[in-house]
Amino acid sequence: MTDVLERPAPAEGHGHEEHGPTGILKWLTTTDHKVIGLSYTVTAVVMMVIGGAFAEIIRAQLSSPNGTLVSLAQYNELFTMHGSVMIYLFAGPFAFGALANIIVPIQIGAPDMAFPRLNALSYWLYLTGSITMLSGFFVAGGAANFGWVAYAPLSSSVATPGSGADLWIGGLLLTGFSAIFTGVNLCATVFYLRAPGMTMFRMPIFTWNLLVTAILILLAFPVLTAGLIMLYADRHFGTHIFSVAGGGVPVLWQNIFWFWGHPEVYILALPFFGMVTEIIAVFSRKPVFGYKGMIFATLTIGALSLGVWAHHMFTTGTVLLPFFSIMSLLIAVPTGIKMFNWIGTMWRGQIWFSTAMLMAIGFLITFLVGGITGIYLASPPLDFFTHDTYFVVAHFHSVVMALVLGAMGGLYYWGPKITGYMLNERIGKAQFWFLFIGTQVFTLPMYLLGLRGMPRRMAIYPEHPSWKYLNDWATVGAVLIGVSTILFVVNVVYSWKRYPAGDNPWDGHTLEWFTTSPPPHHNFYRLPPIRSERPTWDYNHPEHRALEHGHAEPATDGGAR
Amino acid sequence: MRTEARVLLSLGVFFAIMDAVYWVWSKEDAGGVMIIAGTLLCFLPGLYYYWWSRRMRPRPEDDPHAEPAQGAGVVGTFPGTSIWPFTLGMASFVMVLALVFGVWLIVPGLGLMFWAVIGATGESRRGGQH
Repeated sequence: MTDVLERPAPAEGHGHEEHGPTGILKWLTTTDHKVIGLSYTVTAVVMMVIGGAFAEIIRAQLSSPNGTLVSLAQYNELFTMHGSVMIYLFAGPFAFGALANIIVPIQIGAPDMAFPRLNALSYWLYLTGSITMLSGFFVAGGAANFGWVAYAPLSSSVATPGSGADLWIGGLLLTGFSAIFTGVNLCATVFYLRAPGMTMFRMPIFTWNLLVTAILILLAFPVLTAGLIMLYADRHFGTHIFSVAGGGVPVLWQNIFWFWGHPEVYILALPFFGMVTEIIAVFSRKPVFGYKGMIFATLTIGALSLGVWAHHMFTTGTVLLPFFSIMSLLIAVPTGIKMFNWIGTMWRGQIWFSTAMLMAIGFLITFLVGGITGIYLASPPLDFFTHDTYFVVAHFHSVVMALVLGAMGGLYYWGPKITGYMLNERIGKAQFWFLFIGTQVFTLPMYLLGLRGMPRRMAIYPEHPSWKYLNDWATVGAVLIGVSTILFVVNVVYSWKRYPAGDNPWDGHTLEWFTTSPPPHHNFYRLPPIRSERPTWDYNHPEHRALEHGHAEPATDGGAR
Repeated sequence: MRTEARVLLSLGVFFAIMDAVYWVWSKEDAGGVMIIAGTLLCFLPGLYYYWWSRRMRPRPEDDPHAEPAQGAGVVGTFPGTSIWPFTLGMASFVMVLALVFGVWLIVPGLGLMFWAVIGATGESRRGGQH
């Protein structure tokens, strides 16, 4: 049935009750953004566990210099699929498919995404893409084994025959289209379905970040899809786009891949920046410090991200070093503004150290380490020294583990809204400490390993005492992270329908905390007047309401209560 | 509508300047072409929104003083449930498997895809009987 939807009435009214099939048919036919978002969340977390299991095997293999847990060929498959699963199937879809799908329409007062059926199609493409990519393990020759970046000519049909590589390409095509459709959907939703009074400069930072993410998806993902089709044509149709033999240019693949790949880093990061911003503001009981500065910084990161791709290719000798170095260093400025604003938001706030807030603070610290080492790597002389060593591995693991901390914060923060039930805080805090300490114990030795010259992607390594010692620490860190993941699963099982959350357990700021938990079909029974970027707070705390122009500046006594 | 247009147009202008600097300085074509594509991708919807923003009254969501009641009326038509996205997803899945396991899979894939496209179109026309 189609709903011709009227706006929710300002006063108490009747929303549209859910109708239609139930059970598995409901899951297959739903176009409700919340159900689709939940499917995305569950699938992405399963992918995180699968990718994490690959990581644990990799670390177990490296715990001794001549590890025999897996063969050299299997090791190549494992690190390829670890990277692919984590980037393509977990971090990206979790960032712009899972929580974004559920939260963005509610945050702007919309009844659903702009194109609900396209949204459902996005999910099915993501799920089938994931199955396609992972099914490489079950074909002769094994899964793709050319690294998650698939550099030509290693990814050619001569160097990597077999259907595992083709399944990798196919899976990536499907998830790529899924991402593009989600990008279209997010842009249209934000542009056309906002509630009355929700001007662009009153949208929550999370929604703003998802808007910029969606624009970046639309700029970057088609390039990857085109590149994959060229790669497939090279492998099977006899073209020579990336092979020297027929007059092609192998380094063109790197240009195409990283033209998608570096914006992709921000496609992954910006949603988590948004989550952390919301969490820090709510749990510091203050409005976001420097709201417009935050938006400006996000837009600047988005703008610069299209001009930095070749800093992954400094050592190829074919790129304009000063241009890419300058552009990459410039990105530190908006990111620094964000750091400053996060700290400014916490400054003199009444901080509530819930699990979500701890995860957000853990994100800040871990991301700072990853960001600063990124500044080192933006400098060509330092990059020549550390390229393809564990220093680079450590750098991006600091960054992505920060994103995992942010993702966990997001789940603890929005979980009650999505399910109607809280997660256990005590287990959550234990999970945080395992995850946070594990991350540092895991990444810091890898920085030193890189500086001592250990190359990445080696299944066995020389018996150098300092390498062995540091690898052991990294393995210990990986085990701690594994324990934290188990604790998360334990927490979900233990807290299952145990702690009812209520509509607004955190005294939240934004519109999602105005509706019920979980929100009804089409999200709202009524809407508050929207007069600032935190309408729910204004409604619940009329004494602090910013009446005009929407900017609830901190009060002179150092912040709102 | 005006802010939306400004966001996209300012990104487009930035990309255009960046591309000019990059192309003149590096004389490398692949990146230059890709940034031009990005520029156009910002200008196309950006100019459309700008064109509209000059011809329409501000919507309730553009008005900082709008009351919730101002949005009363039809928001849009939202489908209830639909099996066609799933069907189309499975069709795409089969088509991609054809890239790997054999061209013959294209036949059922295309069949499923046409069925899904026709079904989804018909569903929209009829107003969503699934």
